[in-house]
Amino acid sequence: MAGAEPACTRRELMVACAAREIRDGDVVFVGMRLPLLAFALAVSTHAPEAVGVFENGVMRDTPPRGPVVTMSDPPNLDGALWAGALSRAMGLLAGGHVDVGFIGGAQIDRHANLNTTRIGPAEAPAVRLPGSGGGCDIACAARRLLVVMAHEQRRFVARVDHRTSPGYGDGPGWRARVGLPACESVTLITTRAVLRAAETGGSFELVSVHPGEDAAVVVDDTPWGWPDPPVRAPAVTLPPSAEVLQTLRALDPDRVWTGDG
Amino acid sequence: MPDKLLSMREAVERFVPDGSRVACGLALEAAIPFAFAHELIRRRRRDLHLVGPIADAVFDQLIGAGCAAVVEAAWVGNVTTGSGYCFRRAAERGRPRPLTVRQHSNLTVSLALQAAAAGVGFLPTRSALGSDIAGDHDGFQPIACPFSGQPLLAVRALWPDVAVVHVQRADRAGNAHAWGNLGVSQEAVGAAATVIVVAEELVETESIRARPELTLLPGALVAAVVHEPGGTHPAPLQGFRGHDAAAYRDYASASATEDGFRAWLERWVLGVADRSEYLGRLGDGQRPGDGRR
Repeated sequence: MAGAEPACTRRELMVACAAREIRDGDVVFVGMRLPLLAFALAVSTHAPEAVGVFENGVMRDTPPRGPVVTMSDPPNLDGALWAGALSRAMGLLAGGHVDVGFIGGAQIDRHANLNTTRIGPAEAPAVRLPGSGGGCDIACAARRLLVVMAHEQRRFVARVDHRTSPGYGDGPGWRARVGLPACESVTLITTRAVLRAAETGGSFELVSVHPGEDAAVVVDDTPWGWPDPPVRAPAVTLPPSAEVLQTLRALDPDRVWTGDG
Repeated sequence: MPDKLLSMREAVERFVPDGSRVACGLALEAAIPFAFAHELIRRRRRDLHLVGPIADAVFDQLIGAGCAAVVEAAWVGNVTTGSGYCFRRAAERGRPRPLTVRQHSNLTVSLALQAAAAGVGFLPTRSALGSDIAGDHDGFQPIACPFSGQPLLAVRALWPDVAVVHVQRADRAGNAHAWGNLGVSQEAVGAAATVIVVAEELVETESIRARPELTLLPGALVAAVVHEPGGTHPAPLQGFRGHDAAAYRDYASASATEDGFRAWLERWVLGVADRSEYLGRLGDGQRPGDGRR
């Protein structure tokens, strides 16, 4: 059936993968750009009962009514179900009502901790990054976490330079020890593969590689020091159906976020 | 009711001395009081301690202009493009002056202000436990829940000297209606010693009375009202204007170098007398993009 599905870009594939991780009825803590598109795609296809919460205090159950660059742009408030204080949106999160949350970072380590604060040591950072925003809060309290990032070697490290958004800390049992609620899974969706970590294992396994990728090469290009020999025969990531792709393209008609250019 | 209407310049001169702890940009990317920040720059305020969650590019501008000694925030950058170059220069190289960064998450900023608003020394949370944010400064202290013994993080109260909010409408006494996403605006105005309300529209008190549920805070708690239409540009204001992404992109390109930032500052801040001149310059098509969407 080669050629039966239209070719999609890497970013479209990432958005489709992220959307699949959203279950119908989920309360989703949404970020901007690809995560926002993933939420919009999920509610437009398989998860019509999902709702999206934004840290600025907005909740909505439909795609934004027009292009948005930030979560506070009027099209993200128009037609929303709720708009108010950050403490109310984040209260849902802290209270354990959020099923899945998106977080991002410049670095991620093999225990799924993320860094959005600095590259290099505290006293002399090579790069000062913007910081947590709500990322730390989402990582602390959402039941499942989704991370979408480019597959670049420098991002995958044994230990993050700064633990901005905690995943599994230094391994199994860490979250309970420091007082954090359990986190069922962290799914890492990159430009080349899908990886998943769970509390029990505390580190990642390779779930699937995107079409055309060699699993062994992907593993080598993820140099965070795999604790165990990773599975070398993962699945191939399923591309989105023509229908899903059409829906996604309608959500980003100018390919602002999903073009590979 | 008292008339608290002042010009932006008067409000800054009277209520925001050097060294003030200033909370602004409290609704994350919306309703950012850029007009207020630009007046701080024109009045050459120094040693400010900036407080906010994600204040979009306004903290980057104040840091680049040398107004800030401390920034206490969850995120500092330019939401449209990513990194804030002025913030990076200050945090990485101490340019134009050294900057103390006190890290937070969005929720801990909210809790720190809420604690102050409630008149208590701290509020507890589970958020940020186990993160390096929790060990970043003396605003966090691990504690045990007095009832269950569960580990918690105490977030120290943060009392701003001044909180500045840009609202859709207010009367001359400072009774202020705000709507849309409010971020930590409510917590900040409750916590601050002095509140400056910047109003898109100046209305009669009857308009406030007609919808009291929209009141962010009553005038009794407000020190000054500034009528400044367009004061949030390029940030959006629900019901009035959208997000001007082109302006944020222009700012990002310009601020990538110190010289570029100085030129940007000269053109858009130091080279204009006030916000109405800034808006006039936008309207003259002196920059790409439609600034008045």
